[in-house]
Amino acid sequence: MNEAVQTLSTEALLQAVFVFVLTAFVGYEVVSKVPTMLHTPLMSGANAVHGVIVVGAMLVAASSEGPLRIVLALLGVILGTINVVGGFVVTDRMLEMFKRRPDAKP
Amino acid sequence: MTTLDVVTFFVYLVGSVTFILGLKFLASPVSARRGNRLAATGMAIVVGWVFVTEFLLREGGLTTVWILAVGIPVGAAVGVVGARRVPMTAMPQMVAIFNGAGGGAAALVAAAEFLRDAGGGGELLPVTFMVATLLGAVIGSVSFTGSIIAFGKLQGIVSGRPVTYPGDKVVTGALLAGILVLGVILTLVTNSVPLFLVFVALALVLGVAAVMPIGGADMPVVVSLLNSYTGIAVAATGFVLNNYALLVAGTLVGASGGILTQLMCRAMNRSLFNVLFGAFGTAGGAVAAGAAGDQHIREINAEDAAVLMAYGRKVIIVPGYGMAVAQAQQTVRELMDLLIARGVDVEFAIHPVAGRMPGHMNVLLAEANVPYDRLKEMDEINDDFPNATVALVIGANDVTNPAARTDTSSPIYGMPILDVDKAEHVIVLKRSMAAGFAGIDNPLYSDPRTTMLFGDARKSVEALVAGVKAA
Repeated sequence: MNEAVQTLSTEALLQAVFVFVLTAFVGYEVVSKVPTMLHTPLMSGANAVHGVIVVGAMLVAASSEGPLRIVLALLGVILGTINVVGGFVVTDRMLEMFKRRPDAKP
Repeated sequence: MTTLDVVTFFVYLVGSVTFILGLKFLASPVSARRGNRLAATGMAIVVGWVFVTEFLLREGGLTTVWILAVGIPVGAAVGVVGARRVPMTAMPQMVAIFNGAGGGAAALVAAAEFLRDAGGGGELLPVTFMVATLLGAVIGSVSFTGSIIAFGKLQGIVSGRPVTYPGDKVVTGALLAGILVLGVILTLVTNSVPLFLVFVALALVLGVAAVMPIGGADMPVVVSLLNSYTGIAVAATGFVLNNYALLVAGTLVGASGGILTQLMCRAMNRSLFNVLFGAFGTAGGAVAAGAAGDQHIREINAEDAAVLMAYGRKVIIVPGYGMAVAQAQQTVRELMDLLIARGVDVEFAIHPVAGRMPGHMNVLLAEANVPYDRLKEMDEINDDFPNATVALVIGANDVTNPAARTDTSSPIYGMPILDVDKAEHVIVLKRSMAAGFAGIDNPLYSDPRTTMLFGDARKSVEALVAGVKAA
């Protein structure tokens, strides 16, 4: 059995579950207060955040052997980069429009 | 643990904190942009650090660095061009396609991990590893094809109508059951590679089968849900790779996408189950066709409509997708400025699901420099409609449909709506008498207070602007 599988020891797994559950609560709390008018940028911003999958694709790429895994890694890196770069840029474009107006309430 | 591992741990921690703060800052328009940039910076730090440790500092790391040299520029070019070129009206499908890319990436990462470890002799891979890998692969795949179909429906490439056929639910159920059974076999009996490929193929088909029967009007909810799915798939790969950056970011999006989906369903007064399996919009289409014959529609010309508004006390503008399609938001702003200059009180009534996404109208009107304190949410403005001289409905349909209040047979019965029919006059700008996106008949149009101004929304508003200037 190889390294990656071994690191998923019971201890590591339990810690990960702990982080998973607490993060789920954080996600719920943080988002439940967002006003409707910002829901579209929010969806788009959250979409950009899961673009972190590009890191996973990079980790796969770093240890790739064999043509099949290399192809998977390459496609993963491309798709992950589209997600993360496109996500942040499009969100920024939307939010640019929410800049403050002189006659607007804060 | 080496020093490098410790630094990596803290880099992931910093990244995770910026992701949480980024979402938190989105709660206010003042800080939202800063939040997004903060999260992007955190992301860049994480990606940069992984590049340094996994490729530059690791022995033999440079042998596959070409994958990044090719993949990152290609992905970045597609992402930037797509994000910059897309018109604001097409934002929902853009989010859908970026989300699909993320889901696809998660499935690929899970598949690559499985293929590395599978087939290495008789011993089965650990159950926890297999469960996480299979979840990443199946949810990522569903999100990938589902997002593509959602994109197609929003873009008009795939029919926006619910696509159903006899037994479609059975097929979807069978796909789901097949995936479950294969998943159990793959985990407990054999780590067979061909079986895994069948498993992924079923998941890809399931994504298509699950989204096709859902009507175009419900796509925002679907995009939000698929966004949440991709988050969960990413979290699963975080378990597979034991990587906390993936785990935290994925879980955060999974949870936030989940609650956002709930909020959207609540705004339409429907359950998620109804959205996903109700094939919304098929029954309504038939009703609309039958009822259209005996409607009495009164038309108004732009000059008369302009005079009505110019000499009114208060005008409430109700924007909808029609305004977005016609790119009329700038002209609408101009109309607002002219009316305000004449002493007319102008406000905008924003239904939570107006347009193709919640907040869609806010984005468009903000783009046109409409101050956001003039944009009122439904609960805030509904009591004001009786005081309005004119309710000007620009390309909105279902969110103004009084049938939602009274007609128990209407598919949207019970959905909270904007009470435009309580205004003194209702002027509806509409391209034609065709039924709305959801395919439901709207009795508002035959209401005696209602007059219709047919044509492209921008041309109509331009005519109103000219009319107000002349009045």
